[in-house]
Amino acid sequence: MSNQGKMDCGRRRLVVATAAVGGVGAVGALVPFVSSLLPSERARAAGAPVEADISKLESGQMMTVEWRGKPVWIINRTKAMLDTLPKLDGQVADPKSEVATQQPPYAANATRSIKPEVLVVVGICTHLGCSPSNKFKPGNEEGMGADWLGGFLCPCHGSTFDFAGRVFKAKPAPTNLEVPPHVYLTDTRILIGEDKKGA
Amino acid sequence: MAGGTYEKYKSDGSLGGNVLEWVDARFPATSMWKGHLSEYYAPKNFNFWYFFGSLALLVLVIQIVTGIFLVMHYKPDGSLNAAGVPVAFASVEYIMRDVPGGWIIRYMHSTGASAFFIVVYMHMFRGLIYGSYRKPRELTWLFGVGIFLVLMGEAFFGYLLPWGQMSYWGAQVIVNLFGAIPVVGNDLSILIRGDFVVGDATLNRFFSFHVIAFPLILIGLVAAHILALHETGSNNPDGIDIKEKKDEKGIPLDGIPFHPYYTVKDIVGVVVFLMAFSAIMFFAPEGGGYFLETPNFYPADPLKTPNHIAPVWYFTPYYSILRAMVWNFFGLDAKFWGVVAMGASVVIFAFLPWLDRSPVRSIRYRGPITKVMITLFVICFFILGYLGTLSPSPMGELISQVCTVFYFAFFLGMPWWSRMDKFKPVPERVTMK
Repeated sequence: MSNQGKMDCGRRRLVVATAAVGGVGAVGALVPFVSSLLPSERARAAGAPVEADISKLESGQMMTVEWRGKPVWIINRTKAMLDTLPKLDGQVADPKSEVATQQPPYAANATRSIKPEVLVVVGICTHLGCSPSNKFKPGNEEGMGADWLGGFLCPCHGSTFDFAGRVFKAKPAPTNLEVPPHVYLTDTRILIGEDKKGA
Repeated sequence: MAGGTYEKYKSDGSLGGNVLEWVDARFPATSMWKGHLSEYYAPKNFNFWYFFGSLALLVLVIQIVTGIFLVMHYKPDGSLNAAGVPVAFASVEYIMRDVPGGWIIRYMHSTGASAFFIVVYMHMFRGLIYGSYRKPRELTWLFGVGIFLVLMGEAFFGYLLPWGQMSYWGAQVIVNLFGAIPVVGNDLSILIRGDFVVGDATLNRFFSFHVIAFPLILIGLVAAHILALHETGSNNPDGIDIKEKKDEKGIPLDGIPFHPYYTVKDIVGVVVFLMAFSAIMFFAPEGGGYFLETPNFYPADPLKTPNHIAPVWYFTPYYSILRAMVWNFFGLDAKFWGVVAMGASVVIFAFLPWLDRSPVRSIRYRGPITKVMITLFVICFFILGYLGTLSPSPMGELISQVCTVFYFAFFLGMPWWSRMDKFKPVPERVTMK
C-alpha cells in the first residue's frame, strides 16, 4: 500500500475487525483459567454440619471442634463468667448483637447463645482470621491488666473479646465473633452448621 | 537462500571451517558476548556497593538450582498422613532427615531467600545514594522495582510450602488483608485461597506460583533489567556519564571492559559472600529465628494460632506500616488504609526517578539535607523492621506511626528537599581513591 501512497481502507477495516474478534476470543479464553481458581465443587460441598457431644464438658471448660476447616469453640460458662457480661455492655462495640451477620437471630440475645451457659462461636478473629487465645483468668494473672474480667485475646493484632465473643471497642476487629448456625439434637448433642432440622 | 546472500557468510556451512563463524552466521553469539561482556564498557571507579548486582544474580541461580532439587522430594499436599502429620510438612522433614544431602540443599534454599533480600536491599540502597535511577536509567530502575515486587510474591508463596504454623497463619493473615478492599475484597480473598479457608487448594496454587509462574516472570524481568542497563551504560559512584568523554575509537575514557575486569572483581565479592553464606548455612541456618521462625517447626494447625506471629524479617518494615494505620478515613476501615499504606510503601520506590529533582546524581556532590534525609530514612526502615517482629504494643504503635510518617515524607517531600540542598561541582572525569 505504501507503493501507491494510499491505504486500502477496506483491507484495513478487515484487519481491525479480525483483531477485535480475536481479542474477544482471547478474553473468553481467560474464563476457564479464572474460574479454576474459585473454590471447587468439592470445597463447596465440604460445609457439612458436625456434631458435638458436650456431656463431658464441665462448667468453666471449653472444647474445640472443626467445622468447615475452622475452629468452633463450645464453652460451658460458669455463673461468674456470665455475670461479667452485663458489666461490659458499655465497653464492647456491639453489646446487643445488632450486626445481623455475626449470629443467627436465636443467638442475638444477652448471652449470645441458645442455652445461657453454653456459648458456641467460631474461634476466628473477625480482623484478619487468627484464632484468639483464651485468657479466662480475671485480673492481671495472664498479663491482661488489673481490670480484665476474662475472655479472649487475639495474638496477632491484640483484639480482645469477652465471654460472649463480643469485641471490645477501639480494637482492630470490627465485629463480634461469629456464632455459627447450630441446634440441640438432644440436651447434650449439638449439631453445628445447621439449625432447622430437629429444632 | 540465494547464493548471493549466502556468500557473505565466511563459513561454507560445514564444520570443517571455523565453528564459531558457522554459529555466528546463524546466532549472534560473538556479538552478544562482546556487547554484554568483553566490549561492554563499565566505569572504572566501581566500589563496594557495586558487588550486589552480580551477587543477586548468583543468589537467583542458587535458588533455582536448589529449588529444582527440592521439588524432586517435596509434596504440596495439605492432607494428613497415617501419622496424623500434614504430608507437605512431613515431606520437608523427610528432605531434612532422610534424603542424602537434602538438609544442605534445603538450608541453602532457606538461607538463600534471606540472602536474596539482603543483597537486593543493598543493591537498592546503592541506587538510592548514587542516583542510579535518574534519567536515562528510569526503565532499568522500573524493571528493578518489578523484580523486587515479584521477589516479595515469590518469597510469600514459598513460605507457605513447609506448611508449618507460621506458614499457615502468615498466609491466613496476608490473604485476609485483601478482604479489606471494599466491595470485591471477600470474593478476592476466596479467589486467592481457592477455598473458604487456607487449605490444600491454597497450598497447591502457591506451589504452582512459586515454582513456575513467578520464577519465569522473575527471569524475564532480570533479562530486561540487564538489557536496559546495557543500553544506557552503568552509572557510577560519581554519578557522571562516562560516555561524554570518549577516545578516537568511541570507547569511554573512563570505561573498562566488563570482562575480564569486573568479572574478576566480582569473583572476589562472590568468595566473600559465599563465606558469609556458608557460615550462616552451617552454623546458624535458622538465623536466630529470623530466617526460619520457631513456630514453623510445628505442623500447621488450623485450630490454633501461635501466641506470637510475625512475618519473616524482610517483610517486617511493611508489616509495621500496615499495623501503624489505626484510623478510619472517609468511612473506610483502618484495615483497608493499612493495606493501602503497605502497598504504597513498596510501590512508591517506582516513582523515585521523577521525585528526585537534584541537579546532581551522586550523594558525593549533594549536601547535608540529602545525607540527613537518607540516614533518617534508613534508620526508620530499620526501626519499622524491628517493630514488625514484635507483638503489638502502644509504644511500638506510636513509634511505628512516627516512622511511617517520615517514610512517606521522605518520598513525597523529595521534589522539594532534593532541590533545596547545597551542591558541590561534579568532576569532569570519574574520581578514584
